[in-house]
Amino acid sequence: MGGALLRAIWNYRGFILGSVRREFQSKYRNTMLGASWAVLSPLALVLVYTLIFSQVMHSRLPGVTSPYAYSIYLCAGVLTWGLFAEITTRGQVMFLENGNLLKKISFPRISLPIIVVANALVNFAIVFSLFIAFLLITGQFVGLPFLGIVPVLAIQILLSIGLALVLGILNVFFRDVGQFFNIAIQFWFWLTPVVYPFSIIPATLQPWLLWNPMTPLIQSYQRVLVDGQWPHWPQLVWPLVLALLLCVLGLKLFRKRANEMVDEL
Amino acid sequence: MGSITVRQVGKAYKQYPTRWSRLAEWALPMLGNRHSLKWVLRDIDFHIEAGEAVGLIGVNGAGKSTLLKLITGTSQPTTGVITTHGRVAALLELGMGFHPDFTGRQNVLIAGQLLGLSLEEVTALMPEILDFAEIGEYIDQQVRVYSSGMQMRLAFSVATCVRPDILIVDEALAVGDVFFQQKCFGRIESFTKAGTTLLFVSHSAGTVLNICNRCIFLRNGAVAFDGAPADALDLYQAELLGRLDQAPDQLQVRAATAVAPVPAKDDLVAITGKTGSITTPSVDCVLVRMLDAHGNERTTLIADQPATLQIEYLLHESLRDPHVGFKIRNRYGVVLFETNSYCMGQPSRPVAAGTVLTANFTVPLVLVPDEYTITVGFSDGGYGEGSFERVLNYMHEVHCFVIARNPEAITWSGLVNLQPQLQLSTR
Repeated sequence: MGGALLRAIWNYRGFILGSVRREFQSKYRNTMLGASWAVLSPLALVLVYTLIFSQVMHSRLPGVTSPYAYSIYLCAGVLTWGLFAEITTRGQVMFLENGNLLKKISFPRISLPIIVVANALVNFAIVFSLFIAFLLITGQFVGLPFLGIVPVLAIQILLSIGLALVLGILNVFFRDVGQFFNIAIQFWFWLTPVVYPFSIIPATLQPWLLWNPMTPLIQSYQRVLVDGQWPHWPQLVWPLVLALLLCVLGLKLFRKRANEMVDEL
Repeated sequence: MGSITVRQVGKAYKQYPTRWSRLAEWALPMLGNRHSLKWVLRDIDFHIEAGEAVGLIGVNGAGKSTLLKLITGTSQPTTGVITTHGRVAALLELGMGFHPDFTGRQNVLIAGQLLGLSLEEVTALMPEILDFAEIGEYIDQQVRVYSSGMQMRLAFSVATCVRPDILIVDEALAVGDVFFQQKCFGRIESFTKAGTTLLFVSHSAGTVLNICNRCIFLRNGAVAFDGAPADALDLYQAELLGRLDQAPDQLQVRAATAVAPVPAKDDLVAITGKTGSITTPSVDCVLVRMLDAHGNERTTLIADQPATLQIEYLLHESLRDPHVGFKIRNRYGVVLFETNSYCMGQPSRPVAAGTVLTANFTVPLVLVPDEYTITVGFSDGGYGEGSFERVLNYMHEVHCFVIARNPEAITWSGLVNLQPQLQLSTR
């Protein structure tokens, strides 16, 4: 089954690559600024948070004095959170939105989540490489510990894929799932230390917040990019376990319900 | 390569009494099933050999599209097994996967890849695809500016750019102008000649007769008949008229009937017509049917060949001067021909009560291949230029028949084949 799945993906690589390219193009096709919008929206977000939190509310990161520190702290969380949010929110509607395609054309259905993830990665790669360029120019690049981002990112993507697959399948059968998740992800964002430092959370609540798998992930990015330290590896075990569990659950659901899904669309 | 085997296939959709019961079934599987199954296909069993051209007919909701989806593999059967050998191309809905914001050329690349072709293969086939679609310079414009006909031409062209082993065509070809339709059928025919197996859904009897050498008639999700297209179409027409009995074995008997027997007098049942029909206690229309040149009862007849319209009336009162008439209308309601026995100069003759009066009108069917309806009437006491003292029965559209193209006929268009004789001379 696994081999057949991989072979099907390989045979339809042209379709998958073409779809990724098409979706990217179609997003900015009728705009004058084109792909710059992919950069402008996270940039605006970072600007707003920087202004409000560091200038207006005069909040500073404890123990850091650099003028850029808070912006970098924000970018480390906002950009990576954006990748997570894009995969999950696009993923939960991927089967619904492609209902017609699924019903009329016989093609490997596993292509759809791959297209969603690939698209999100393309968008992320653009903004994140600009962010790295900014770090290099301003002399804030942390050097070797930067490599620590790679495994963290891998765990985060795995988590997003698993969640997206589960949500995407459930959403076909229970449309409430989609509505619920759109609300839930907003709470989730504020329950994750993206905008604020984790230390401002009361000590009694901190252990509870660590159960949020995104907390250790986002903290790792911040640790690497702001403090220039390697991630705190033991922290990442829980997100990794959860990500693997979600992926297994997602694939099991997919195998069990993929056929029924077409009848339901 | 190219065979299709459908064995004991059934398809059911799950129906849940409320939105919550699916959740309950998923969350608490030990409490058992909460859904009921709605069967749309049951016990479908057939085998199609490579190179056969098979028509699939049936009224809306008979399960044709579901069956095609099962064969193409987009949907899975609930019971049974479907095996296909070779590459399947399905034209279930043309233009699927076209993105309005992209140019025709880009969409061709995407659609081709969705068919499982590589980018290089599609690029190599591009000139041929564009040539067949006749899109012209529009190919580099966004698909949103295309007419539906243009989209359909491009989609057909892509879908059939490589000869498949099995070609499955839904009623997608109904759009597009007649010239392009002919071109499409030309391509389909060349495929079948080259060995492609064709499974073709259509409501057009003429097309099925022309293209298919076998026809499967689906009725209420089961195969009601599988055999010669002319017989299958007859049954289909009969179902459209709402006169089929429920038992499928009777269908077989009907289809196998060669020369039409005259019904026994005791079995006669009054036929009812559509809204606006006139009935009186004096007479009942008990039979309206078309017989081909060999006396076989048919609802699909070949153009230009003689056919007999047989109308029978059972009289409940003795009449002095009864006459029978008919009217043939095309699908737009245009009356193509109308006459009656009085207008045909039949002298008056009294007919006693309890007698069945049979009128056989033999006509050469010099009509364009299409669907036609028959209206019948019965009157007493003709006078003047076709007037009657009493109209005793008049029934709209009691019967319909289809005229299929006569392969031996000349090529012509219009409503009536005037069968011209030609003499060319020079001086």
